Amino acid sequence: MLYDIKLVLKYKYKPAALGGRHILRLMPADIAGEQRLVAGFLDISPRADERVDSVDFFGTQTTYSACGGPHPALNFTLTARVNRLAIIPSFDMSPPLGSLKGDIQHYKAIDARSPHHFLGVSPLVALNADIAAYARALVTAQMSGQEAVSAISLALHRDMKFDPDATEVDTPMQEAFENRHGVCQDFSHIMICCLRSLGIPAGYVSGFLRTVPPPGKPRLEGADAMHAWVQAWCGFEAGWVEFDPTNATLVGQDHIVIGRGRDYSDVAPIKGIFRAAGSQDTSQAVDVIPLA
Amino acid sequence: MPHKLNKLGQEQSADPLQGYAPPRGVADELMDARGNVRLVWQNFVKFLSELPGGDIERRIARGDQYLRDAGVFFRQYGQAGSTERAWPLSSIPVLIAESEWTHISKGLVQRAELLEAVMADLYGPNRLVESGQLPAALIANSAEWLRPLVGVKPSSGHFLQFIAFEIGRGPNGQWWVLGDRTQAPSGSGFALENRVATARMFTDFYTKANVHRLAGFFRSFRDELQNMCGDGAGRVAILTPGPLNDTYYEHAYIARYLGFMLLEGEDLTVQNGQVLVRTVAGLRPVSVLWRRLDSAFADPLELNEASSLGTPGLLNALRHSGVSLVNALGSGVLEMRALLAFLPRICQSLRGEALAMPNVATWWCGQDKERDYVIANAKRMLISPALSTRLPFDVDAHSALGGAFRGETTGSLADWIAQEAQTLVGQEAVTLSTTPAYIDGRLQPRPMSIRVFLARTAAGWQVMPGGYARIGKTQDATAIAMQQGGSVADVWVVSDHPVETVTMLPAPSAPYVRPDSGALPSRAADNLYWMGRYIERAEGYMRLLRSYHIRLEESGTAETPLLKYLAEYLKPYKIDLDEGVPETLLNCLGSAVHSASKVRDRFSIDGWMALNDLTKSARRMAETLVPGDDSARAMGVLLRKITGFSGLVHENMYRFLGWRFLIIGRSLERAASMAMVLAAMADSNAPEGALDLVVDVADSTMSHRRRYAVSTSRDTVIDLLALDVMNPRSVLYHLTEIRDHVRFLSENSTYGPLSPLSKATLALHTDLAIKTPEALDTKALIDLNKRIEQLSNLLSESYLK
Repeated sequence: MLYDIKLVLKYKYKPAALGGRHILRLMPADIAGEQRLVAGFLDISPRADERVDSVDFFGTQTTYSACGGPHPALNFTLTARVNRLAIIPSFDMSPPLGSLKGDIQHYKAIDARSPHHFLGVSPLVALNADIAAYARALVTAQMSGQEAVSAISLALHRDMKFDPDATEVDTPMQEAFENRHGVCQDFSHIMICCLRSLGIPAGYVSGFLRTVPPPGKPRLEGADAMHAWVQAWCGFEAGWVEFDPTNATLVGQDHIVIGRGRDYSDVAPIKGIFRAAGSQDTSQAVDVIPLA
Repeated sequence: MPHKLNKLGQEQSADPLQGYAPPRGVADELMDARGNVRLVWQNFVKFLSELPGGDIERRIARGDQYLRDAGVFFRQYGQAGSTERAWPLSSIPVLIAESEWTHISKGLVQRAELLEAVMADLYGPNRLVESGQLPAALIANSAEWLRPLVGVKPSSGHFLQFIAFEIGRGPNGQWWVLGDRTQAPSGSGFALENRVATARMFTDFYTKANVHRLAGFFRSFRDELQNMCGDGAGRVAILTPGPLNDTYYEHAYIARYLGFMLLEGEDLTVQNGQVLVRTVAGLRPVSVLWRRLDSAFADPLELNEASSLGTPGLLNALRHSGVSLVNALGSGVLEMRALLAFLPRICQSLRGEALAMPNVATWWCGQDKERDYVIANAKRMLISPALSTRLPFDVDAHSALGGAFRGETTGSLADWIAQEAQTLVGQEAVTLSTTPAYIDGRLQPRPMSIRVFLARTAAGWQVMPGGYARIGKTQDATAIAMQQGGSVADVWVVSDHPVETVTMLPAPSAPYVRPDSGALPSRAADNLYWMGRYIERAEGYMRLLRSYHIRLEESGTAETPLLKYLAEYLKPYKIDLDEGVPETLLNCLGSAVHSASKVRDRFSIDGWMALNDLTKSARRMAETLVPGDDSARAMGVLLRKITGFSGLVHENMYRFLGWRFLIIGRSLERAASMAMVLAAMADSNAPEGALDLVVDVADSTMSHRRRYAVSTSRDTVIDLLALDVMNPRSVLYHLTEIRDHVRFLSENSTYGPLSPLSKATLALHTDLAIKTPEALDTKALIDLNKRIEQLSNLLSESYLK
């Protein structure tokens, strides 16, 4: 499936910001066999005094930018064409939950794909007894890793209410879980916590999701959104599999990957520190347009 | 009759070893197993035994006095925040023979090289994990293994430059490494201060005792840091987390001692991959940062986002080799307790040799066999968090010692270990050797460990011949940490022959070149400027308050027109005249201390003590003072103290650039407030006595009498207090001061001869200088005050941002 993606992040400062530094993770990934980045361009306006493009530890395309001088507004515009390849559903080759530990112990590396990064606590996903108890009640030791992941994904979809107004970007995972509501970020963090408490390595995937307009209605411009879902390591044979707990689906051709990390903090679309005396105003618009 | 005197002296002194009995099964530094004094201690014990009675207390008092005068303190954290505490020096040094020290040094240099290799691997090819010598889970879960640094090679070629090892002696006499300090070890500066104080206590003995000096070690390391700068314009600076850190005193001390800038993260900025310091003369490059800040806090953009102590973009500079960090960021991973379990074998495989000095036997419970061993032997172990970077005797709440939980955890130890295996290590419980401490008038054995410092120099790793010993408060070896009431001691490495006495001064091989006085960071200038303003503002309040209370005492009522007028004048400053020492005044002094605390490396110790003394007095007085004579006298006392402080600044402070900012702050505050007071007191609506009051407030009654020989009139008062260039209380006098200092700053900065600030200062100075008293009416005085405050804004914009 070929897509044209456009994302605009707008910042307005009042009074003007005196300087700002940002780290952006917006560029769709180019992953052999999964997704091809045909072309991509990230524009920064006003033009950044400094810009460094690189790839981070987990393989995500990263842009560092520094803007000096007073600027009343700052816009980041991503335009990209991506070919998301079809994912052929495979047989479940994951071992039973009980023997996943052995597979993990035999993985003797800490490269970007190593399951070891994804088992312990990470900056935004702490150990949580309530979430662990919730997860334990959903699985049995005989379930395969993949079955367990699927069971949790479905349960979260059933028990949690999607509510874009209920949480903020910095709402703690615990709070979203107690109230059983949130957005894709909350769903994903809670699912990651569930999986890790069961000994299943789990990480956070940041990307875009194509939304299909209701039948007969035109696609609204800018109405698409950035999205997040979960990856889980189900043993040497199965490797990493991805689930979308917000939509209770396996990840497919509607999901376009930007990057993967332990939680949101590893793949945050934008992190920034700016010098400004007053307030800032932000807005975001995303278009994911299928071409063929 | 000298013979008789000598005998008398002997009778008075007691045997210092009376009752000295090290516990069984423990090695003692001073005494061997048979109760004989070890060779290296014999001269010192003899010296102590010959001291007349009471002399040792006098000597200890002398050392403590030095530490107080030097302002050495440490910060103790409690439930209600932190407080500064007196430095707990145990007067008796730990003596170690040179031959033994050579042996210790050999082991530690080997370990330093090993750790360098391990770090290079962890941030490089990761062969240790791939070959199974280090568990992947351990590294991946360490909060100190910083992923953004993976693959970043330090520009100097080395990850580690300055590290420390905590060592202790076991019951069989063998030395053990208790922990590795590779993040940003503290203590070397305190070791220097301990040396100065201890050497003062025992001067007569120390100078002849062949004790190795410490200065040579620091000189070599200073040279190494300077070499790391290469030929570039960049400088060396020390990066501190700031005054709230528990070892900030040391950061300031080392900066002064080595002559490096002391910077905080906000002093720095990154441009095009180069680290720059914001100075009053613009941005200046920094090439080497000796950081005392933990890695995770160094860059909020890529590391700990919540850090307000770091510099955004620092990692970007590192990737461009635009700066060298000492030690490289991410070095904290080497401090992880669990690493001790694997280092012995890694040493074997990387270096083909065994560890020359073993480390505390450690088992990571993440491995099945090791876990079972720890469960079976829990009674003789300390079981604690595997990923913790704290020292073994720094016992966390989540740990078990000798088979029992330390904290409030209950339940079965074996279950706990089995459940949390991945996150736990078992360590052979440490039995430290004892060393004498002088307690309750005699020597008593106390457990000790020593922190030994190593620096990379041109000639390889060099070990500081001495160290920072920690002495337990009781026999409990886990109570050694200072936060738990332990004390510290100097370490003397004693040679059989005379030692080289080195100083920090270079050898006189080249013609003398006066060193550059160094760049002044904008933040330091800002703090000095505001300190000057706050001190002067406090003095101004004191003078007004004194005049008020004297008149209140005379009239017996606050209802006179003059006092009511003055009270009205003070209202906008939120000064409540019913309070003996108004809150506003206390806050003002507090702000001055706060500013001063941030520039302690640039500020004399006497000045710091005087300022603290002043503030403490004011707070004490605030509790009891009543309006009238009592308050007037109290203000007199505070005024004399504040004048004492100003005197110190004027007489003793080096006239470096920072001093000018202090003086500009003072002059600007005085000029601005004088303009305001005159506007009120010399106004045509002011009541009878207001003119005399303002002359009194300005301490110019005598000058007025001498200059005019008539009673006060509006013209004479304005002339004396606004337009007289000879009166150090007049507005014009201080504008002249400001003009001269600003001209100097201007000539020494990027602005060229006339900065916007110079122009504004000149214009204001000229406008005032040509005024007549008649022309300087109330409106003109208020305008004058505004224009002076505008100078402050211009100064901030030009130099202090």
